[in-house]
Amino acid sequence: MKTVVIGLNHKTADVDLREKLAFNGPKLEEGIRQIRELPEIKETVIISTCNRVEIYLTVKDVGKAFEAIKDFFVRFFEIRRESLDNALYLYDDMQAVRHIFRVSSSLDSMVVGEPQILGQLKDAFEFALERKTTGVLLNRLLKKSISVAKRIRTETKIAENAVSISFAAVELAKKIFDDLPEKTFMLLGAGEMAELAAKHMINSGVTNIVIANRTFETGCNLAKEFNGRAILFEDYLKELVHADILICSTGAQKYVLMKDQMQKVMKERKNRPVFIIDISVPRNIDPEINDMNNVYLYDVDDLRGVVDTNILERQKEAKKAEDIIEEEIETFKKWLSSLDSVPTVIALREKAEAIKKEEIEKLLNRLPEIGEKEKKAIEGLASSIVNKLIHAPTVALREDSEDKDIMIATIKRLYGLNGEDDDKK
Amino acid sequence: MEIMFFELALTCYFAATIVCVMELFKGTKTTSRIMFSLVVVGFVLHSANIIARYVLSGHIPIANLHEASSFFSWCIVLLFFYLEYRYKLGLLGSFIMPVVFVLMLSSSMLPRKIEPLSPVLQSYWLGIHTVLAFIGDAAFAMAFGIGLMYLVQEHYVKSKHLGGLFKRLPSLQTLDEINYRLITIGFPFLSLAIITGALWAESAWGSYWRWDPKEVWSLITWFIYALVLHVRLTVGWRGKRAAILSIIGFSAVLFTFFGVNFLLKGLHSF
Repeated sequence: MKTVVIGLNHKTADVDLREKLAFNGPKLEEGIRQIRELPEIKETVIISTCNRVEIYLTVKDVGKAFEAIKDFFVRFFEIRRESLDNALYLYDDMQAVRHIFRVSSSLDSMVVGEPQILGQLKDAFEFALERKTTGVLLNRLLKKSISVAKRIRTETKIAENAVSISFAAVELAKKIFDDLPEKTFMLLGAGEMAELAAKHMINSGVTNIVIANRTFETGCNLAKEFNGRAILFEDYLKELVHADILICSTGAQKYVLMKDQMQKVMKERKNRPVFIIDISVPRNIDPEINDMNNVYLYDVDDLRGVVDTNILERQKEAKKAEDIIEEEIETFKKWLSSLDSVPTVIALREKAEAIKKEEIEKLLNRLPEIGEKEKKAIEGLASSIVNKLIHAPTVALREDSEDKDIMIATIKRLYGLNGEDDDKK
Repeated sequence: MEIMFFELALTCYFAATIVCVMELFKGTKTTSRIMFSLVVVGFVLHSANIIARYVLSGHIPIANLHEASSFFSWCIVLLFFYLEYRYKLGLLGSFIMPVVFVLMLSSSMLPRKIEPLSPVLQSYWLGIHTVLAFIGDAAFAMAFGIGLMYLVQEHYVKSKHLGGLFKRLPSLQTLDEINYRLITIGFPFLSLAIITGALWAESAWGSYWRWDPKEVWSLITWFIYALVLHVRLTVGWRGKRAAILSIIGFSAVLFTFFGVNFLLKGLHSF
C-alpha cells in the first residue's frame, strides 16, 4: 500500500482552475464518496482551500490511481483533461509524507507560517473520519502531520512577526501601548489600505474610533461600519489631541500635518505618546514629526521595511522547520516498516501451521493403530520443529533494519508467501 | 557561618547575572527559569546572612557600609520578585541583576567586621531611618533599570529597526507607567527617611540639620525626584525624558550612598 498526494496549489494552478476544482459545500460530500468507490483507491482525504485542492490517498498502483483521479476530476468538475496537465502534481511514498507535513506546518503556503491551513487540514481529516474513508495509514499520517505542525510552531518562530503591513502596524501599536482597547483610534481619510488597517486594529480590541474624511458622508458611512464617530475633516487637529493612534491616507498631494501643528497638539495632550501611520503616497505627514518626543511616525516604506525583515526572519525559521520535518519523516518511516512486517510474520506462521497440520493428518491416517500417547509425541515433535524453523526469520522480520523491505520480500519469496505468485506457477 | 552565606549569595547573584546577560543574546524559557531560581536561592542565602548578622551583633545589620550595601541589594531583589510576580516583564532581570551584583560585590570588598555600635547609633531610629531610606533607594534602582529598558525599546521603535530585543521587551507604555509608579513609591520613602534622619539628628546631636555631605546629597536626590514628578504632572515630561531623569536620579542615589563616604567625609559612618 502506498501513500499518494495528488493535487494542485497556488504555485501550479491559477485561481480560475482552483475555483473550478474546489470541493465546496455538497461537492465535498459527493466527491469523497465517489473517490472512495474507485477500485484503485483504498483510503482518501480531501483538502480543499482557496489556495489548494489536494487528495491524499493510499493505493496499490500509483500510476493507475493517478489516471483514475484525473478521470474523476474531468468527470466530476466537467473540465477538459488538458487543463490538468501542468497543474496537477503527484507525490508518492515518502515524498507524499513530506508534502503533507509541509502543508500542515504551512511551509507550502503562500504566506509561510500562516495559521489557517492547520485548521483546514484538521477539518478535512475529521470530515473523512466521519465518513469512514480513511484507514490505518492515513489516520496515522494525518495525526502525525498535525503534531508535526504543532511541534514546528512551538520549536521555531515560523509564525511570529507580522508579514503584512497592517499586521505590522498592529504589532507596533502593541509595543507602544499597553492597553489597546482603552486607546482612541483616528482615521484620517478613508482609503482601502486605511480601512484594512482599521479592521486589524479593531480585531486587536480597539473600540474608540474617530473618522475624519474630506467627504463627510463617506466618513459617516465608514463610521457606521466600524461603529465609530465621524467628524468634520477641519476638526481633525482638535480631535488628534485625544487620539492615540492615527492612520492617515487622504490622497492629498502635500502634507496635511506639519511639525508645528503637531507640537501644539503634543503640548495639549501633555506629551502622551501617539502612534502615527502614514500610508498615503505621496506622504501626508511631515516626516520630521518623528523627531519629536513621544511621537512615533511610520510611513508605508517603514512598515514595508519591517515586513521585509520579518519575512527574512520567517525564511530562516523555515529552514529549521524543514529539518524537523526530515526528522519526523524518519520516525514515520520506522512506524511504516514495522507495520509491513506484521502481516508477513503472520503469513509465515500460518503457512507453517498449515503444513504441520496437513502432514500430521497424513501420518496419522497411515498409522491408525498408534495410541494417544504416541499421537501427542508426534504432534509435539512437529510443533517444535516448526517453531524452531520459523523462529529465526520471525526475529529477523521484527528487527528494525535498513534493508527490511528486501528482507520482507525475500522471506515472502523463499517461503512462497505471496499468494499471486503461487497461482502463476 | 554568616560569611559563608554571604559568599554563596554573592556567587548565586553572580551566576544569575551571567545568565541574565546571556539572555540578552538568546533567551529561552529555560534560561529565564534558571536565572530566576538562582536569584531565589541567592535571596534565601542572603536573608540567612542578614539574620545571622542580626543575631551576632544584636542590632539591625545596617551599621557599616558593607552591611548597608548588602541590605540595599537585598531590598532590590525583594522588589524584583514583586515586579516579576505582578507584571512579568520580559528581560527585567537582565537590566536589574547586574545592579544587584555590583552592589553585592562592592559590599564584599568593604570591611565586614562587626563592631560594637557607637553610642550615637544606639537608637531605635537606626532601624527606622535606614530601612525607609533603602526601600526608597531600591525603588529608585528599579526605576533606573526600567528606565534603561525604556530607552532601549524606544530606540528600536524610533529608529524603525525592530530587531534584537524589540520583541521581548515590554511595551513603552508599560515601562513608562512602572517607572513612574516606582518613583511615586520611592519618593515618599526618601522624604520620610530624610525627616526621620533629621529627628534622629536632633535627638543625637541636638540639631535637625547640619549640612553634612550626606544630608546635602540626599536633599539633592530628593530635589531631582521631586522634579521628575513635578514636570511629569505639569508639562507631561514622560517617556524618554522621564527615563533619562530616573537614570540621573539613581546616579545621585549612588553618589549619596558611596561617593559621599569615600570622597567627602562626614558624620554618617555609611
